[in-house]
Amino acid sequence: MPSDTVTTLADKTARATPLALARRVRALSDQAIAWLFITPTIVLLLAINIFPLLWTIYLSFTSYRANQPGRPIRWIGTRNYERLLGSEDIWGYMQVTASFVVWTMVIQVLIGLGLALLINRNFKGAGFWTTVILIPMMLSPAVVGTFWTYLYHPQIGIFSYIVNVFAAVGPLDMIGSVDLAMWSIIIVDTWMWTPYIMLLCLAGLRSIPPYLYEAAEIDRAGPLQQFWHITLPRVMPFLMLAVLFRGIENFKMFDMVVELTSGGPGSTTELASINLKREAFEKWRTGYSSAFAVILFVTVFGLANIYVKALNRVKQT
Amino acid sequence: MSRASTAAHSVGEATPAGKALAAALVIGYALITMVPLVWIVLTGFKSPPDSIAYPPKVVFEPTLEGYVNLFTTRSRQTEAYIESLGPPQTWYEELVRKRNMVITGPSRFAGRYMNSIIIGFGSTFLAVFLGTLAAYAFSRFKVPLKDDLLFFILSTRMMPPIAVAIPIYLMYRTLGLSDTALGMILLYTAVNVSLAVWLLKGFVDEIPREYEEAAVIDGYTRLQAFWKVVLPQMRAGIAATAIFCLIFAWNEYAFALLLTSGTAQTAPPFIPIIIGEGGLDWPAVAAGTTLFLLPIVVFTVVLRNQLLRGITFGAVRK
Repeated sequence: MPSDTVTTLADKTARATPLALARRVRALSDQAIAWLFITPTIVLLLAINIFPLLWTIYLSFTSYRANQPGRPIRWIGTRNYERLLGSEDIWGYMQVTASFVVWTMVIQVLIGLGLALLINRNFKGAGFWTTVILIPMMLSPAVVGTFWTYLYHPQIGIFSYIVNVFAAVGPLDMIGSVDLAMWSIIIVDTWMWTPYIMLLCLAGLRSIPPYLYEAAEIDRAGPLQQFWHITLPRVMPFLMLAVLFRGIENFKMFDMVVELTSGGPGSTTELASINLKREAFEKWRTGYSSAFAVILFVTVFGLANIYVKALNRVKQT
Repeated sequence: MSRASTAAHSVGEATPAGKALAAALVIGYALITMVPLVWIVLTGFKSPPDSIAYPPKVVFEPTLEGYVNLFTTRSRQTEAYIESLGPPQTWYEELVRKRNMVITGPSRFAGRYMNSIIIGFGSTFLAVFLGTLAAYAFSRFKVPLKDDLLFFILSTRMMPPIAVAIPIYLMYRTLGLSDTALGMILLYTAVNVSLAVWLLKGFVDEIPREYEEAAVIDGYTRLQAFWKVVLPQMRAGIAATAIFCLIFAWNEYAFALLLTSGTAQTAPPFIPIIIGEGGLDWPAVAAGTTLFLLPIVVFTVVLRNQLLRGITFGAVRK
């Protein structure tokens, strides 16, 4: 690397002069600068991300309770894990989480891709309306959850009112009904995050070189064929990335849902993170919930890795 | 949208009718999207009875009662007592007394909002500062295990916040960082710095190395070249990264809920508990929501180009 030779040369000449020491302080070697620049970030991540993770793993083998700090920490081996994996409730929460993730992703991909295709037609004012559509995804999920409880209110809420304008179904209790509660959180998540999927699809659409379509026109390919053989394969990597990021986020979903339904009614919207918070900070079963946290983390990490492999295969073709 | 108008590759350029249809659908979606937000802003200017009226009132007499309730604590008094106080001194006292209440002091909302500002900007500054340094080093120097380190930095974002919150709760309790602004700033910095490194590394990669090499040959040290040549070129990237960090810290809820309760609590865990007696004070909640969301909406509109660049760029690079 030319820059390296220049600096080492400068170093050598610096060392040969009487002012060597003063020069050396000012002209730190590249390696020194590299470590100086990276170390603070690594230290911070070790202290606030990795150390806590290791601690969680350790606690998951104990029966520690954080609300009784004086009590000695008792090692109980894999009992927490056995109890968790044998518990039907946990599988229920995992299923709730999975159906939340799958439904939100399917709906948002359909709407998001559709919107991106429409915006890509470049009508006048497309930029402005795109910005308007983006606004919900910038908002605080917890605050969004709070104000949607008001919008969803069966008597005074505007959601039920608007639905009744189109179909007279009477007061619609989205949050309180066992059948509708899951849809209440899917709708809010879709409202917030469809723009994200749309944006990445748009980035994909704009990366397609126009000559591909020109060639297709010459070959007399119809619009549907063009979409199927040019547009979709080119957008696919972007779309899959968007789904990866949103999927991970929705798997971890906590804030919006806890304010909206707090897991209810019953446990129809009890997502894994919400139950984890209940176990850890309401029932104070720190050891048990640490094991739960580890299982969640391994699941996210494992699924994400499998998904990335699939994504790379799509990218290669 | 910076490149929107120049880089359209729609199939053989859509027909005018096709464009109009597309515009109608997109605008329709955008308007539907805006209904909940507009409704919340309107609710902030309703009186409490209007806010719980059925059918929902679109036309109403605007009042600042929600905002007054948001910033004050009040107590219910008998009419005789209120009359004994004499005429109200200010317009907001007059508003409150109409409901047989007297103002007993300021509410905690202003303080919570201030905490959000301090913690948001503090952590954004730190994350961008650390991220810039690390991104430059990763982009320019041979770092052993570079790819592993970068992956490690990214993977820290995959942990559910609640999972990390358990040990951090214990750690902060031991270190005395619970419910302090410093503790929250450090925590948000740690969460944001991974994103900052990834985004900024992309921006540094785009700056040609030749610039610095020329500066070094001219007698600059590496640090001087970084400071005077690279940093000014990174300005747009730093701005985009800072917006993301700020939005995250501003909106964060789970850690704030679990690790703060009093002095360092930010607005997101506080807004849901404004609701007040009988769970009826929706205008105050709506007012708090409006004030909290407003800066972000303004940000989104004003800085949309940087934001868009950050979103697509950050995602595509990873």
